[in-house]
Amino acid sequence: MVTPALQICDLHCVRGGRRVFDGLSLDIPEGRLLRVSGANGAGKTSLLRMICGLLLPARGEVLWRGQRIAALREDFHRQLIYLGHAAALKDDLSASENLVAAARLSGLDPGAAEVEAALASTGLRGHAHVPVRNLSQGQRRRVALARLVLGKASALWVLDEPFNALDAAASAWLLQLVSGQVRRGAIVVLTSHDADLSWPDTLPQLELAL
Amino acid sequence: MNTLALPVSEPHGAGALHGMRCIVARDLRIALRRPADSAAVLFFFVIVVSLFPLGIGPEPELLRRMAPGIVWVAALLASMLSLARLFADDLSDGTLEQQLLSPTPLSLLVLGKAFAHWLCSGLPLALVSPLLALQFGLPSGAMGVLVVTLLLGTPVLSLVGAIGAALTVGVRGAGVLLSLLVLPLVIPVLIFGAGAVDASLVGAGVAGHFSLLGAMLVLALAGAPPAAAAALRIALE
Repeated sequence: MVTPALQICDLHCVRGGRRVFDGLSLDIPEGRLLRVSGANGAGKTSLLRMICGLLLPARGEVLWRGQRIAALREDFHRQLIYLGHAAALKDDLSASENLVAAARLSGLDPGAAEVEAALASTGLRGHAHVPVRNLSQGQRRRVALARLVLGKASALWVLDEPFNALDAAASAWLLQLVSGQVRRGAIVVLTSHDADLSWPDTLPQLELAL
Repeated sequence: MNTLALPVSEPHGAGALHGMRCIVARDLRIALRRPADSAAVLFFFVIVVSLFPLGIGPEPELLRRMAPGIVWVAALLASMLSLARLFADDLSDGTLEQQLLSPTPLSLLVLGKAFAHWLCSGLPLALVSPLLALQFGLPSGAMGVLVVTLLLGTPVLSLVGAIGAALTVGVRGAGVLLSLLVLPLVIPVLIFGAGAVDASLVGAGVAGHFSLLGAMLVLALAGAPPAAAAALRIALE
């Protein structure tokens, strides 16, 4: 039997003395989209942070290819892209400078042309050298999402509300990007409040309601 | 399905140092775009040191005796000014999470950030100190010793300060708490830094002081980054 790439084993989450969720177990094979849904405060972000290793569970563990992520640490990080609530951008840097810095921190070394192309694919052609402080919220989000274009080699994407602040065109682009990544064999875990998103029926996906 | 067709992810040749260089370059670029931050540290240092001759009056011998301590205390306080933001800005904009999830070990990234902090705060203080020493009538030999002690000691302030900054990141009133945590830890640096200049003034040898400051720097280089990295992991949970 093949070990699922990502295993969530009996996870318990306690925040501020309040039990958020408990006994959560899930096996996710490669090439799957996991959509996490739930009301505000249900623990979606906490779960995503636990999957990345940013938050320790009260009990239970997360395994990546059969090994605890805490033990793998940097080896696990090399295969992971995480986009949180915050865009993780520096206001004083331009869109391309932010993207290069983020990519290099992720262990990538994109050339200028790759960076330009990634920004262009998010609809930010001509904005590469604009300081991020001068961009709108939606454009800032697009700069953050451009990391995904550069990180297609990553086997795990963890995206917290990636569709926030995006217009219809950008949402459609992201949906296509995520679908393509899943079809390439990666695992994508994401949360979204947008019930109108039309994921392709043929896309292998799981749904988790917290 | 489940046929892995992902592009091959090759680890970058330069390895872990690649991420460290990236964080140094990024922080220096931000510092260049916000020169007021580094200038504020330098001006604070200059003003604090310059107030003493004005307050004490024209007593050259007393000023000369006090100069090493004054310059070193001012350097300590000036370094504290920018330490509180060492990780706080990264926490608020979300880039600290990306650093925690980097394939580069977090302690190397902390080392890179401390190095960038030193380049923007400690190094300018050391370079400007001979000018300030003129106000106190320090002889040129003592000025040289002062610069060397600051070059050896201010990196320790940045490194030990990084532990304090990591422990207080996201805490309300972090600036005061940071000073309370860090200042007692760097007292040995102050003692041996100022002591070396004192020794130079009376014609005694300074090699012992330099050796001790060097040893403190080596200790800080080895111990501070992993300690600060552990503190950051706890802070972000």
